[in-house]
Amino acid sequence: MDKIITCINCPVGCRMTVTLSDAGAFVSVSGNTCPRGAKYAEQECTRPLRVVTAVLPVPGSETPLSVKTSSPVPKELIPEIMRLMGNVSVSLPVAVGDVVVPNVLQTGADIVATRELFSL
Amino acid sequence: MTDQHVDILIIGAGPAGLAAAIAAREAGVESILILEREKEPGGILRQCIHNGFGLHRFSEELTGPEYAKRDVDHVRQLGIPVRCGATVLSVSPDRTVTCVSPEFGFSRISAGAVVLAMGCRERPRGTLCTPGTRCAGIYSAGTAQRFVNLEGYMPGRRVVILGSGDIGLIMARRMTLQGAKVLACVEIMPYSSGLNRNIVQCLEDYGIPLYLSHTVTDIHGRERLSGVTVSRVDENRMPVPGSEIRFDCDTLLLSCGLIPENELSQGAGVELSPLTSGPVVSETLETSVPGIFACGNVLHVHDLVDHVSSESFRAGRAAAAFVRASSPPAPVFAVKDGPGVRGTVPQKISARPAEDVSLMFRPDDVYRNAAAVVECGGAEILRKKAMIYTPGEMAVLTLKKEVFENLPDKVITVRMEGEKQHG
Repeated sequence: MDKIITCINCPVGCRMTVTLSDAGAFVSVSGNTCPRGAKYAEQECTRPLRVVTAVLPVPGSETPLSVKTSSPVPKELIPEIMRLMGNVSVSLPVAVGDVVVPNVLQTGADIVATRELFSL
Repeated sequence: MTDQHVDILIIGAGPAGLAAAIAAREAGVESILILEREKEPGGILRQCIHNGFGLHRFSEELTGPEYAKRDVDHVRQLGIPVRCGATVLSVSPDRTVTCVSPEFGFSRISAGAVVLAMGCRERPRGTLCTPGTRCAGIYSAGTAQRFVNLEGYMPGRRVVILGSGDIGLIMARRMTLQGAKVLACVEIMPYSSGLNRNIVQCLEDYGIPLYLSHTVTDIHGRERLSGVTVSRVDENRMPVPGSEIRFDCDTLLLSCGLIPENELSQGAGVELSPLTSGPVVSETLETSVPGIFACGNVLHVHDLVDHVSSESFRAGRAAAAFVRASSPPAPVFAVKDGPGVRGTVPQKISARPAEDVSLMFRPDDVYRNAAAVVECGGAEILRKKAMIYTPGEMAVLTLKKEVFENLPDKVITVRMEGEKQHG
Protein backbone atom coordinates (compact mmCIF):
# COMPACT_ATOMS: atom_id res chain seq x y z
CA MET A 1 0.00 0.00 0.00
CA ASP A 2 1.35 3.46 -0.95
CA LYS A 3 0.77 6.64 1.02
CA ILE A 4 1.65 10.15 -0.16
CA ILE A 5 2.69 12.65 2.51
CA THR A 6 4.28 16.11 2.67
CA CYS A 7 7.49 16.44 4.65
CA ILE A 8 7.27 19.09 7.39
CA ASN A 9 10.96 19.42 8.27
CA CYS A 10 11.69 22.45 6.10
CA PRO A 11 10.07 24.80 3.54
CA VAL A 12 10.99 22.52 0.60
CA GLY A 13 8.01 20.34 1.60
CA CYS A 14 8.99 17.20 -0.32
CA ARG A 15 6.07 15.08 -1.51
CA MET A 16 7.09 11.60 -0.43
CA THR A 17 5.62 8.25 -1.40
CA VAL A 18 5.77 5.76 1.43
CA THR A 19 5.26 2.05 0.74
CA LEU A 20 3.76 0.05 3.59
CA SER A 21 3.21 -3.71 3.92
CA ASP A 22 -0.35 -5.07 4.22
CA ALA A 23 0.22 -5.24 7.97
CA GLY A 24 1.07 -1.51 7.92
CA ALA A 25 4.81 -1.94 8.45
CA PHE A 26 7.19 0.51 6.80
CA VAL A 27 8.81 -0.83 3.62
CA SER A 28 10.35 2.09 1.71
CA VAL A 29 10.13 5.80 0.95
CA SER A 30 10.84 7.81 -2.20
CA GLY A 31 10.68 11.49 -3.06
CA ASN A 32 12.62 12.71 -0.04
CA THR A 33 15.77 14.78 -0.58
CA CYS A 34 17.42 14.21 2.79
CA PRO A 35 17.64 11.63 5.62
CA ARG A 36 15.41 13.76 7.87
CA GLY A 37 12.60 13.23 5.36
CA ALA A 38 13.03 9.46 5.39
CA LYS A 39 13.00 9.38 9.18
CA TYR A 40 9.89 11.56 9.35
CA ALA A 41 8.11 9.47 6.69
CA GLU A 42 8.62 6.25 8.61
CA GLN A 43 7.55 7.79 11.92
CA GLU A 44 4.53 9.56 10.41
CA CYS A 45 3.24 6.45 8.59
CA THR A 46 3.79 3.98 11.39
CA ARG A 47 3.35 5.90 14.64
CA PRO A 48 2.53 9.60 14.11
CA LEU A 49 3.26 11.71 17.18
CA ARG A 50 2.15 15.21 18.20
CA VAL A 51 2.63 17.56 21.12
CA VAL A 52 -0.88 18.51 22.24
CA THR A 53 -1.54 21.97 23.67
CA ALA A 54 -4.80 23.23 25.16
CA VAL A 55 -6.36 25.63 27.63
CA LEU A 56 -8.26 24.62 30.78
CA PRO A 57 -10.64 26.72 32.83
CA VAL A 58 -9.44 27.22 36.41
CA PRO A 59 -11.93 28.17 39.14
CA GLY A 60 -11.06 31.56 40.61
CA SER A 61 -8.98 32.67 37.62
CA GLU A 62 -10.19 34.90 34.77
CA THR A 63 -7.35 33.56 32.61
CA PRO A 64 -7.47 29.92 31.56
CA LEU A 65 -4.43 27.71 32.11
CA SER A 66 -2.42 26.78 29.02
CA VAL A 67 -0.99 23.26 29.08
CA LYS A 68 0.98 20.87 26.87
CA THR A 69 2.00 17.25 26.80
CA SER A 70 5.57 17.05 28.11
CA SER A 71 6.57 14.97 25.05
CA PRO A 72 4.89 14.02 21.75
CA VAL A 73 2.01 11.53 22.11
CA PRO A 74 0.35 9.22 19.54
CA LYS A 75 -1.81 11.31 17.22
CA GLU A 76 -4.84 9.00 17.50
CA LEU A 77 -5.05 9.74 21.24
CA ILE A 78 -5.60 13.50 20.73
CA PRO A 79 -9.44 13.40 20.89
CA GLU A 80 -9.36 11.27 24.05
CA ILE A 81 -6.78 13.54 25.67
CA MET A 82 -8.92 16.60 24.88
CA ARG A 83 -12.01 14.88 26.39
CA LEU A 84 -10.03 13.97 29.47
CA MET A 85 -8.83 17.55 29.89
CA GLY A 86 -12.44 18.69 30.02
CA ASN A 87 -12.73 16.90 33.38
CA VAL A 88 -9.46 17.96 34.96
CA SER A 89 -9.69 20.22 37.98
CA VAL A 90 -6.81 22.55 38.74
CA SER A 91 -6.43 24.73 41.81
CA LEU A 92 -4.48 27.96 42.20
CA PRO A 93 -1.68 28.82 42.29
CA VAL A 94 -0.03 27.11 39.30
CA ALA A 95 3.64 27.36 38.25
CA VAL A 96 5.11 26.65 34.82
CA GLY A 97 5.93 22.94 34.60
CA ASP A 98 3.41 21.85 37.29
CA VAL A 99 2.04 18.43 36.38
CA VAL A 100 -1.71 18.62 35.80
CA VAL A 101 -2.19 14.98 34.68
CA PRO A 102 0.68 12.52 35.21
CA ASN A 103 1.36 9.85 32.56
CA VAL A 104 -1.69 10.75 30.49
CA LEU A 105 -3.35 7.60 29.02
CA GLN A 106 -0.18 5.63 29.88
CA THR A 107 1.74 7.46 27.15
CA GLY A 108 4.64 8.31 29.44
CA ALA A 109 3.91 12.01 28.84
CA ASP A 110 2.56 14.31 31.54
CA ILE A 111 0.20 17.19 30.92
CA VAL A 112 2.05 20.19 32.32
CA ALA A 113 1.25 23.88 32.81
CA THR A 114 2.93 26.29 30.36
CA ARG A 115 2.08 29.49 32.24
CA GLU A 116 1.73 30.58 35.81
CA LEU A 117 -1.52 31.57 37.51
CA PHE A 118 -1.67 33.18 40.93
CA SER A 119 -4.36 33.14 43.58
CA LEU A 120 -6.21 36.45 43.67
CA MET B 1 0.98 64.55 36.19
CA THR B 2 4.44 63.14 36.76
CA ASP B 3 7.64 64.16 35.04
CA GLN B 4 10.46 61.69 34.87
CA HIS B 5 13.72 61.08 33.02
CA VAL B 6 15.17 57.68 32.10
CA ASP B 7 18.21 56.77 30.03
CA ILE B 8 16.37 54.25 27.88
CA LEU B 9 12.60 54.06 27.45
CA ILE B 10 11.21 50.99 25.72
CA ILE B 11 7.68 50.93 24.32
CA GLY B 12 6.25 47.43 24.47
CA ALA B 13 7.08 44.44 26.72
CA GLY B 14 6.75 41.73 24.10
CA PRO B 15 9.76 39.66 23.02
CA ALA B 16 11.30 42.68 21.25
CA GLY B 17 11.04 45.12 24.16
CA LEU B 18 12.17 42.53 26.72
CA ALA B 19 15.26 41.58 24.67
CA ALA B 20 16.16 45.23 24.07
CA ALA B 21 15.93 45.89 27.84
CA ILE B 22 18.10 42.89 28.72
CA ALA B 23 20.79 43.87 26.19
CA ALA B 24 20.78 47.53 27.28
CA ARG B 25 21.22 46.56 30.94
CA GLU B 26 23.96 44.07 30.09
CA ALA B 27 25.68 46.92 28.21
CA GLY B 28 25.75 48.85 31.49
CA VAL B 29 22.71 51.15 31.38
CA GLU B 30 21.08 51.43 34.81
CA SER B 31 18.08 53.63 34.15
CA ILE B 32 15.65 51.70 31.92
CA LEU B 33 11.83 51.69 31.87
CA ILE B 34 9.53 49.47 29.81
CA LEU B 35 5.96 50.64 29.12
CA GLU B 36 3.37 47.94 28.34
CA ARG B 37 -0.29 48.41 27.39
CA GLU B 38 -1.42 44.95 28.59
CA LYS B 39 -1.76 43.89 32.23
CA GLU B 40 1.33 41.66 32.07
CA PRO B 41 4.51 41.47 29.97
CA GLY B 42 5.06 38.88 27.23
CA GLY B 43 3.27 40.41 24.26
CA ILE B 44 1.57 38.24 21.67
CA LEU B 45 3.48 35.16 22.90
CA ARG B 46 1.09 35.02 25.85
CA GLN B 47 -1.72 33.88 23.58
CA CYS B 48 0.40 31.63 21.31
CA ILE B 49 -0.02 28.51 23.47
CA HIS B 50 1.13 26.10 20.73
CA ASN B 51 4.70 24.79 20.68
CA GLY B 52 7.49 25.47 18.19
CA PHE B 53 9.12 28.63 19.58
CA GLY B 54 12.79 28.96 20.40
CA LEU B 55 14.33 26.22 18.27
CA HIS B 56 17.14 28.54 17.09
CA ARG B 57 17.74 30.41 20.34
CA PHE B 58 17.25 27.69 22.95
CA SER B 59 17.50 24.51 20.81
CA GLU B 60 14.16 23.32 22.14
CA GLU B 61 10.52 23.70 21.21
CA LEU B 62 8.79 25.93 23.71
CA THR B 63 5.23 27.20 23.78
CA GLY B 64 4.75 30.96 23.47
CA PRO B 65 4.12 31.56 27.19
CA GLU B 66 7.21 29.51 28.09
CA TYR B 67 9.40 31.49 25.67
CA ALA B 68 8.07 34.78 27.05
CA LYS B 69 8.62 33.68 30.64
CA ARG B 70 12.36 33.21 30.07
CA ASP B 71 12.75 36.86 29.08
CA VAL B 72 10.25 38.14 31.65
CA ASP B 73 12.12 36.29 34.43
CA HIS B 74 15.43 37.66 33.17
CA VAL B 75 14.09 41.24 33.12
CA ARG B 76 12.80 40.80 36.69
CA GLN B 77 16.12 39.31 37.81
CA LEU B 78 17.91 42.36 36.38
CA GLY B 79 15.47 44.61 38.27
CA ILE B 80 14.27 46.44 35.15
CA PRO B 81 10.85 48.02 35.85
CA VAL B 82 7.92 47.17 33.55
CA ARG B 83 4.96 49.56 33.87
CA CYS B 84 1.91 47.56 32.77
CA GLY B 85 -1.50 48.96 31.87
CA ALA B 86 0.31 51.98 30.39
CA THR B 87 -0.81 53.32 27.02
CA VAL B 88 1.65 55.57 25.22
CA LEU B 89 -0.07 58.61 23.69
CA SER B 90 2.82 60.24 21.88
CA VAL B 91 6.52 60.16 21.15
CA SER B 92 8.19 63.43 20.21
CA PRO B 93 11.30 63.88 18.04
CA ASP B 94 13.20 65.09 21.15
CA ARG B 95 12.37 61.73 22.79
CA THR B 96 9.71 62.89 25.22
CA VAL B 97 7.00 60.26 25.66
CA THR B 98 3.55 60.84 27.13
CA CYS B 99 1.50 57.97 28.52
CA VAL B 100 -1.48 57.20 30.74
CA SER B 101 -1.89 54.38 33.23
CA PRO B 102 -4.31 53.73 36.11
CA GLU B 103 -1.41 53.71 38.57
CA PHE B 104 0.42 56.90 37.55
CA GLY B 105 -2.22 58.86 35.64
CA PHE B 106 -0.80 61.05 32.91
CA SER B 107 2.99 60.95 32.74
CA ARG B 108 5.57 62.72 30.68
CA ILE B 109 8.87 60.88 30.43
CA SER B 110 11.97 62.20 28.74
CA ALA B 111 14.51 59.64 27.58
CA GLY B 112 18.12 59.51 26.44
CA ALA B 113 17.05 56.94 23.88
CA VAL B 114 13.71 55.41 22.90
CA VAL B 115 13.25 51.86 21.60
CA LEU B 116 10.07 51.31 19.59
CA ALA B 117 8.88 47.72 20.17
CA MET B 118 5.11 47.97 19.66
CA GLY B 119 4.74 44.95 17.38
CA CYS B 120 2.18 44.65 14.60
CA ARG B 121 -1.54 44.37 13.95
CA GLU B 122 -3.66 42.06 11.83
CA ARG B 123 -5.11 43.31 8.57
CA PRO B 124 -8.75 44.08 9.43
CA ARG B 125 -11.87 43.34 7.39
CA GLY B 126 -12.11 46.91 6.15
CA THR B 127 -8.90 46.60 4.14
CA LEU B 128 -9.99 43.36 2.46
CA CYS B 129 -12.95 44.90 0.59
CA THR B 130 -15.13 41.87 1.36
CA PRO B 131 -18.76 42.52 0.39
CA GLY B 132 -21.80 41.54 2.45
CA THR B 133 -23.45 42.56 5.69
CA ARG B 134 -21.73 44.00 8.76
CA CYS B 135 -22.92 41.32 11.18
CA ALA B 136 -21.30 39.99 14.36
CA GLY B 137 -19.15 36.87 14.16
CA ILE B 138 -16.28 38.16 12.04
CA TYR B 139 -12.95 38.30 13.85
CA SER B 140 -9.31 38.48 12.99
CA ALA B 141 -7.69 35.13 13.78
CA GLY B 142 -5.53 36.68 16.49
CA THR B 143 -8.57 38.20 18.21
CA ALA B 144 -10.20 34.77 18.30
CA GLN B 145 -6.92 33.36 19.63
CA ARG B 146 -6.99 35.90 22.43
CA PHE B 147 -10.62 35.06 23.28
CA VAL B 148 -9.94 31.32 23.44
CA ASN B 149 -6.47 31.21 24.99
CA LEU B 150 -6.41 34.21 27.33
CA GLU B 151 -10.01 35.00 28.13
CA GLY B 152 -11.59 31.56 27.97
CA TYR B 153 -14.40 32.33 25.50
CA MET B 154 -15.29 30.41 22.34
CA PRO B 155 -16.12 32.93 19.59
CA GLY B 156 -18.34 30.46 17.69
CA ARG B 157 -19.20 26.88 16.77
CA ARG B 158 -19.09 26.65 12.97
CA VAL B 159 -16.10 28.37 11.49
CA VAL B 160 -14.70 29.37 8.10
CA ILE B 161 -11.18 30.81 7.92
CA LEU B 162 -10.21 33.30 5.23
CA GLY B 163 -6.46 33.35 4.56
CA SER B 164 -4.02 30.53 5.20
CA GLY B 165 -1.33 32.39 7.13
CA ASP B 166 0.08 30.59 10.14
CA ILE B 167 -2.21 32.27 12.68
CA GLY B 168 -5.26 31.13 10.69
CA LEU B 169 -3.94 27.58 10.49
CA ILE B 170 -3.09 27.50 14.18
CA MET B 171 -6.62 28.75 14.97
CA ALA B 172 -8.19 26.09 12.72
CA ARG B 173 -6.65 23.48 15.01
CA ARG B 174 -7.36 25.35 18.24
CA MET B 175 -11.05 25.89 17.42
CA THR B 176 -11.37 22.20 16.44
CA LEU B 177 -9.68 20.96 19.61
CA GLN B 178 -11.81 23.22 21.79
CA GLY B 179 -14.99 21.78 20.23
CA ALA B 180 -15.89 23.88 17.16
CA LYS B 181 -16.39 22.60 13.60
CA VAL B 182 -14.03 24.24 11.11
CA LEU B 183 -15.62 23.88 7.67
CA ALA B 184 -12.92 25.31 5.42
CA CYS B 185 -9.77 27.36 5.13
CA VAL B 186 -9.97 29.61 2.06
CA GLU B 187 -6.87 31.09 0.36
CA ILE B 188 -7.01 33.52 -2.58
CA MET B 189 -3.48 32.66 -3.75
CA PRO B 190 -2.68 29.36 -5.52
CA TYR B 191 -0.41 28.47 -2.56
CA SER B 192 -0.48 28.86 1.22
CA SER B 193 1.91 31.23 2.94
CA GLY B 194 1.76 29.00 6.02
CA LEU B 195 4.44 26.52 7.10
CA ASN B 196 4.17 22.95 5.74
CA ARG B 197 4.14 21.79 9.31
CA ASN B 198 1.02 23.85 10.03
CA ILE B 199 -0.76 22.70 6.85
CA VAL B 200 -0.20 19.08 7.90
CA GLN B 201 -0.70 19.35 11.65
CA CYS B 202 -3.47 21.97 11.78
CA LEU B 203 -5.56 21.18 8.67
CA GLU B 204 -4.81 17.65 7.38
CA ASP B 205 -4.75 16.11 10.88
CA TYR B 206 -8.34 17.26 11.37
CA GLY B 207 -9.64 16.77 7.82
CA ILE B 208 -10.15 20.51 7.27
CA PRO B 209 -10.22 21.29 3.52
CA LEU B 210 -7.91 24.00 2.14
CA TYR B 211 -9.45 25.82 -0.82
CA LEU B 212 -6.58 27.39 -2.79
CA SER B 213 -7.39 30.09 -5.41
CA HIS B 214 -10.69 30.74 -3.61
CA THR B 215 -11.98 33.70 -1.64
CA VAL B 216 -15.03 34.85 0.31
CA THR B 217 -17.30 36.75 -2.09
CA ASP B 218 -20.34 37.31 0.15
CA ILE B 219 -21.16 37.47 3.83
CA HIS B 220 -24.68 36.63 5.04
CA GLY B 221 -26.49 37.39 8.28
CA ARG B 222 -28.30 40.23 10.04
CA GLU B 223 -27.41 40.29 13.73
CA ARG B 224 -25.04 37.33 13.62
CA LEU B 225 -23.18 35.76 10.72
CA SER B 226 -25.25 32.94 9.18
CA GLY B 227 -23.03 31.97 6.27
CA VAL B 228 -20.43 32.93 3.69
CA THR B 229 -20.21 32.43 -0.06
CA VAL B 230 -16.85 31.23 -1.34
CA SER B 231 -15.89 31.48 -5.02
CA ARG B 232 -12.98 30.24 -7.08
CA VAL B 233 -10.77 33.01 -8.50
CA ASP B 234 -9.00 33.10 -11.86
CA GLU B 235 -5.33 33.93 -12.47
CA ASN B 236 -6.14 37.62 -12.02
CA ARG B 237 -7.73 36.83 -8.65
CA MET B 238 -11.20 37.68 -10.02
CA PRO B 239 -14.16 35.52 -8.87
CA VAL B 240 -15.31 32.93 -11.42
CA PRO B 241 -19.12 33.11 -11.86
CA GLY B 242 -20.86 29.80 -11.21
CA SER B 243 -18.14 28.53 -8.83
CA GLU B 244 -19.93 29.70 -5.66
CA ILE B 245 -20.04 27.42 -2.60
CA ARG B 246 -22.23 28.37 0.37
CA PHE B 247 -21.05 27.53 3.89
CA ASP B 248 -23.46 27.85 6.82
CA CYS B 249 -21.33 29.20 9.67
CA ASP B 250 -21.55 31.53 12.65
CA THR B 251 -17.91 32.63 12.61
CA LEU B 252 -15.48 33.92 9.99
CA LEU B 253 -11.83 34.29 11.01
CA LEU B 254 -9.53 36.53 8.98
CA SER B 255 -5.86 35.59 8.64
CA CYS B 256 -4.79 37.91 5.85
CA GLY B 257 -1.50 39.43 6.89
CA LEU B 258 0.13 41.61 9.52
CA ILE B 259 1.05 45.29 9.45
CA PRO B 260 3.65 46.94 11.72
CA GLU B 261 1.96 49.31 14.16
CA ASN B 262 3.63 52.69 13.59
CA GLU B 263 1.17 55.42 14.56
CA LEU B 264 3.47 56.50 17.40
CA SER B 265 6.55 56.36 15.16
CA GLN B 266 4.86 58.60 12.62
CA GLY B 267 3.99 61.10 15.34
CA ALA B 268 7.69 61.27 16.18
CA GLY B 269 8.53 62.05 12.55
CA VAL B 270 10.16 58.67 11.92
CA GLU B 271 10.53 57.91 8.21
CA LEU B 272 8.68 54.73 7.19
CA SER B 273 9.41 52.32 4.35
CA PRO B 274 6.49 51.63 1.99
CA LEU B 275 7.83 48.07 1.53
CA THR B 276 8.04 46.97 5.17
CA SER B 277 5.53 49.51 6.60
CA GLY B 278 8.13 49.91 9.35
CA PRO B 279 10.79 52.54 10.02
CA VAL B 280 13.77 53.02 7.74
CA VAL B 281 16.77 52.05 9.89
CA SER B 282 20.54 51.79 9.88
CA GLU B 283 22.41 48.65 10.93
CA THR B 284 22.19 49.85 14.55
CA LEU B 285 18.37 49.84 14.12
CA GLU B 286 18.32 53.59 14.63
CA THR B 287 15.45 55.28 12.77
CA SER B 288 15.66 58.56 10.85
CA VAL B 289 15.18 60.38 14.19
CA PRO B 290 18.41 60.36 16.26
CA GLY B 291 18.15 58.27 19.44
CA ILE B 292 14.93 56.51 18.41
CA PHE B 293 15.47 52.81 17.64
CA ALA B 294 13.05 50.15 16.35
CA CYS B 295 13.05 46.35 16.58
CA GLY B 296 10.78 43.34 16.25
CA ASN B 297 7.49 43.35 14.36
CA VAL B 298 7.12 47.14 14.49
CA LEU B 299 10.18 47.26 12.21
CA HIS B 300 9.19 44.44 9.85
CA VAL B 301 6.97 41.41 10.31
CA HIS B 302 8.99 38.36 11.39
CA ASP B 303 7.96 34.74 11.25
CA LEU B 304 10.32 33.52 13.98
CA VAL B 305 10.45 35.04 17.46
CA ASP B 306 14.07 33.88 17.66
CA HIS B 307 14.90 36.48 14.98
CA VAL B 308 12.92 39.13 16.86
CA SER B 309 15.01 38.47 19.95
CA SER B 310 18.39 38.62 18.21
CA GLU B 311 17.42 41.79 16.34
CA SER B 312 16.21 43.38 19.57
CA PHE B 313 19.37 42.51 21.48
CA ARG B 314 21.19 44.54 18.82
CA ALA B 315 18.76 47.46 19.23
CA GLY B 316 19.28 47.40 23.00
CA ARG B 317 23.06 47.46 22.64
CA ALA B 318 22.86 50.29 20.10
CA ALA B 319 20.54 52.33 22.35
CA ALA B 320 23.02 51.83 25.21
CA ALA B 321 25.89 53.06 23.00
CA PHE B 322 23.80 56.10 22.04
CA VAL B 323 23.13 57.18 25.64
CA ARG B 324 26.83 56.78 26.43
CA ALA B 325 27.15 59.69 23.98
CA SER B 326 29.16 57.84 21.41
CA SER B 327 26.98 59.32 18.73
CA PRO B 328 26.48 56.80 15.94
CA PRO B 329 28.39 57.36 12.71
CA ALA B 330 26.39 58.69 9.80
CA PRO B 331 25.20 56.03 7.36
CA VAL B 332 27.14 56.01 4.10
CA PHE B 333 25.94 52.83 2.37
CA ALA B 334 22.41 52.48 0.98
CA VAL B 335 20.91 48.98 0.80
CA LYS B 336 18.59 48.44 -2.19
CA ASP B 337 16.22 45.62 -3.15
CA GLY B 338 17.32 44.02 -6.40
CA PRO B 339 15.26 41.68 -8.62
CA GLY B 340 13.22 39.17 -6.61
CA VAL B 341 13.83 40.84 -3.23
CA ARG B 342 11.41 42.86 -1.10
CA GLY B 343 11.85 45.01 1.97
CA THR B 344 15.50 44.54 2.96
CA VAL B 345 16.29 45.76 6.49
CA PRO B 346 18.42 47.72 7.32
CA GLN B 347 18.15 50.23 4.50
CA LYS B 348 21.32 52.11 5.53
CA ILE B 349 24.72 51.06 6.86
CA SER B 350 27.46 53.21 8.37
CA ALA B 351 31.07 53.27 7.14
CA ARG B 352 32.45 51.14 10.00
CA PRO B 353 29.74 48.93 11.54
CA ALA B 354 30.55 47.97 15.14
CA GLU B 355 29.13 44.45 14.65
CA ASP B 356 28.52 42.07 11.74
CA VAL B 357 25.48 43.24 9.76
CA SER B 358 22.40 41.03 9.24
CA LEU B 359 20.45 41.81 6.09
CA MET B 360 16.86 40.52 6.37
CA PHE B 361 14.35 40.34 3.51
CA ARG B 362 11.70 38.23 1.83
CA PRO B 363 11.85 36.92 -1.74
CA ASP B 364 8.89 37.95 -3.93
CA ASP B 365 8.09 34.34 -4.90
CA VAL B 366 9.19 30.78 -4.22
CA TYR B 367 12.69 30.18 -5.65
CA ARG B 368 14.11 26.65 -5.96
CA ASN B 369 17.80 25.73 -6.31
CA ALA B 370 18.35 29.36 -5.56
CA ALA B 371 20.88 31.81 -4.22
CA ALA B 372 20.55 35.20 -2.55
CA VAL B 373 23.32 37.48 -3.79
CA VAL B 374 24.69 40.70 -2.27
CA GLU B 375 26.51 43.01 -4.68
CA CYS B 376 28.31 46.32 -4.52
CA GLY B 377 29.66 48.26 -7.49
CA GLY B 378 29.39 45.20 -9.74
CA ALA B 379 31.32 42.96 -7.31
CA GLU B 380 29.70 40.05 -5.51
CA ILE B 381 30.28 40.33 -1.76
CA LEU B 382 28.11 37.45 -0.51
CA ARG B 383 26.23 34.50 -2.01
CA LYS B 384 24.02 32.21 0.05
CA LYS B 385 22.67 29.15 -1.71
CA ALA B 386 19.60 27.25 -0.58
CA MET B 387 17.32 24.56 -2.00
CA ILE B 388 14.43 26.91 -1.48
CA TYR B 389 13.66 30.51 -0.58
CA THR B 390 9.98 31.29 0.09
CA PRO B 391 8.10 34.51 0.90
CA GLY B 392 6.82 32.82 4.06
CA GLU B 393 10.29 32.62 5.55
CA MET B 394 12.45 35.66 6.16
CA ALA B 395 15.93 35.26 4.70
CA VAL B 396 18.91 36.42 6.77
CA LEU B 397 22.32 37.17 5.25
CA THR B 398 25.15 38.13 7.57
CA LEU B 399 27.91 40.40 6.28
CA LYS B 400 31.15 40.42 8.25
CA LYS B 401 31.96 43.92 9.50
CA GLU B 402 35.37 43.73 7.77
CA VAL B 403 33.58 43.60 4.39
CA PHE B 404 32.78 47.30 4.71
CA GLU B 405 36.41 48.36 4.90
CA ASN B 406 36.90 48.47 1.12
CA LEU B 407 33.67 48.39 -0.81
CA PRO B 408 33.84 49.79 -4.35
CA ASP B 409 30.56 51.73 -4.18
CA LYS B 410 28.02 53.32 -1.80
CA VAL B 411 25.08 51.19 -2.98
CA ILE B 412 24.65 47.59 -1.80
CA THR B 413 22.09 45.48 -3.68
CA VAL B 414 20.42 42.22 -2.66
CA ARG B 415 18.91 40.04 -5.40
CA MET B 416 17.59 36.52 -5.98
CA GLU B 417 18.82 33.91 -8.44
CA GLY B 418 17.12 30.61 -9.22
CA GLU B 419 13.98 28.95 -10.57
CA LYS B 420 11.02 31.18 -9.85
CA GLN B 421 7.94 29.10 -9.16
CA HIS B 422 4.96 31.20 -10.19
CA GLY B 423 6.48 33.74 -12.58
